[in-house]
Amino acid sequence: MSSTPIVVEGISKRFGSFEAVRDVTFTAPAGAITALLGPSGSGKSTVLRMIAGLEEPNAGRIVMGGEELTVKSVQERQVGFVFQHYALFRHMSVADNVAFGLRVRKESKQTRERRVAELLDLVQLTPFSDRYPDQLSGGQRQRVALARALAPQPQVLLLDEPFGALDAKVRQDLRRWLDELHRELGVTSLLVTHDQEEALELANQIVVMHEGKVEQVGSPGEIYDEPATPFVAGFVGAANVLHGEVVDGHVHLGSIRIPGAAHLDEGAAAAAFVRPHDVVVTGDDGGTIATIERVSSLGWLSRVSLRLPGGETLVAHIPNEDLHGAGEGASVRVDLRNPKAFMAPERDGATIAS
Amino acid sequence: MSAAVTAPKTTTRRGRRAIIALAIGWVSLLLLLPLAAIVWTVVRAGASSVVHTLSQPDVLHAFQLTAIITVLAVLITSVFGVIVAWVLVRQRFHGRSLLNAIVDIPFALSPVTVGLAAVVLFGPGGWFAPFFAARGIQVVYALPAMILVTIFICIPFTIREVVPVLEEIGLDEEDASRTLGASVWHTFFKVTLPNIRWALAYGIALTTARAIGEIGAVLIVSGLIQGKTETATLFIYRAYEERQTAEAYVVALVLAAVSVALLVVIELLRHRQEQERTRT
Repeated sequence: MSSTPIVVEGISKRFGSFEAVRDVTFTAPAGAITALLGPSGSGKSTVLRMIAGLEEPNAGRIVMGGEELTVKSVQERQVGFVFQHYALFRHMSVADNVAFGLRVRKESKQTRERRVAELLDLVQLTPFSDRYPDQLSGGQRQRVALARALAPQPQVLLLDEPFGALDAKVRQDLRRWLDELHRELGVTSLLVTHDQEEALELANQIVVMHEGKVEQVGSPGEIYDEPATPFVAGFVGAANVLHGEVVDGHVHLGSIRIPGAAHLDEGAAAAAFVRPHDVVVTGDDGGTIATIERVSSLGWLSRVSLRLPGGETLVAHIPNEDLHGAGEGASVRVDLRNPKAFMAPERDGATIAS
Repeated sequence: MSAAVTAPKTTTRRGRRAIIALAIGWVSLLLLLPLAAIVWTVVRAGASSVVHTLSQPDVLHAFQLTAIITVLAVLITSVFGVIVAWVLVRQRFHGRSLLNAIVDIPFALSPVTVGLAAVVLFGPGGWFAPFFAARGIQVVYALPAMILVTIFICIPFTIREVVPVLEEIGLDEEDASRTLGASVWHTFFKVTLPNIRWALAYGIALTTARAIGEIGAVLIVSGLIQGKTETATLFIYRAYEERQTAEAYVVALVLAAVSVALLVVIELLRHRQEQERTRT
């Protein structure tokens, strides 16, 4: 299957006075899965719909395969689109749904039948070809929708929260299955999701969006380990937020000094983000004294609520063996590794690990 | 204790039965009895009276006229009804709620008023009378006005049936069709229309029943020209006035039979539509 990058350059979209998308720029590399990740209302679906031509941008351009898309109609763009609520044609059988795009392109009957058979085999729904959408489970419906979108051999595949309407177990299975399918087909894919786990697991590249703007573009590793903004640090992966003041390149909270603030102004209010698994118990005298308030088991590790001397709470994921049986009320010495310090973000934006 | 509990229960049960009996009694007395009376009158008059009536040229002409008016009114209101319904659901514009309210005017207005309005517009000395007179087109006291008023009265039925279904199915399927390369027309005929087909059929059945039974507006604009502008309902009206009751009853029975048949069709359609709605 052909694959081409999607280049999005400074697109914006207003709905009345509401700015849904503001000057969004990124490139979805050919043959890769790019995730548009953000909370609901961040404009990610609108970006996807503008690429498909279902919405018209107020500014900016979209280029695919060297061609400007913005001047083309939805029909001419040849994108495969998968909707959150499947959007299957309810009065058509599974086979007719898949054949729809081929019929529109006036493919011969033989081509149609061959392609439908191929795709139903690909999505493992061959025995269901004569069923109607209402006779299928949610997961099966979304597989039909995917087969339908892929049938006309689109240049790119756009997925709008494709697993959003499914329950957790089915979502897991389908995610893994989509991953394999993508490895097989290698079609440039753009996946809209609010589920960071989904984005981290599936995507080669993640575009984090917030309030209509791009916060960061990077690989899953970069997004997770080197968040560019406090929003990314808080949204992608769980994180503890500790507020303090910049002194000598560290964030100070009372007696605790958290490194990594050299880039911030001396004396400024700052926030340090620390992931639960970056709170580690140290054997030596270093680190910070913390009191264990609660311990709940997550199997081989424990979710530990800690209270720092200054009264701040901290959530830590600590391997059981490192706890040495320390229970509630006990004191431990912990190190805060890989902290990310930012200029004081709004306090109510703070996210605590779950 | 148990007696105290049972007593009110019995009363409620009795009350429940009474209210059901009232409902059945009310419906059969007011709705079924008149129908039964017509059937009985015709049966008593015998088959010869039916044959005699149905072979009269005036009667045949009246049925023909009703058929023509009904078919045209149904066709036109269905096509425009689907368009208006689509605009009401899919487009956002100033005056949308006003349009939505205007659509219901025929429900509220007496048909006689509608007929009079048509006379004001197209009748002698009417606003548009010179325009049509100059082109030799007779509007009032002829077929055009009769069709026009029937259309007016039938406008809301299709729209009111199609709008909720369009709202319910949403935009996703139409969007999907477009991303698959289908044109707006292809999308409408292959995706939207099949999804609203039962609602549309239901609307058509209601419109047909309404068009066949219409008398008030048609009475005003027809000019009551026997054998020319006389529909089936107008024939009944005149035959009754002229004390040709046997003929009036036979024609009334035919109309009633058509209506009952339509009711059955409507019920079946409603059933299909409900089945369809449970699918999502």
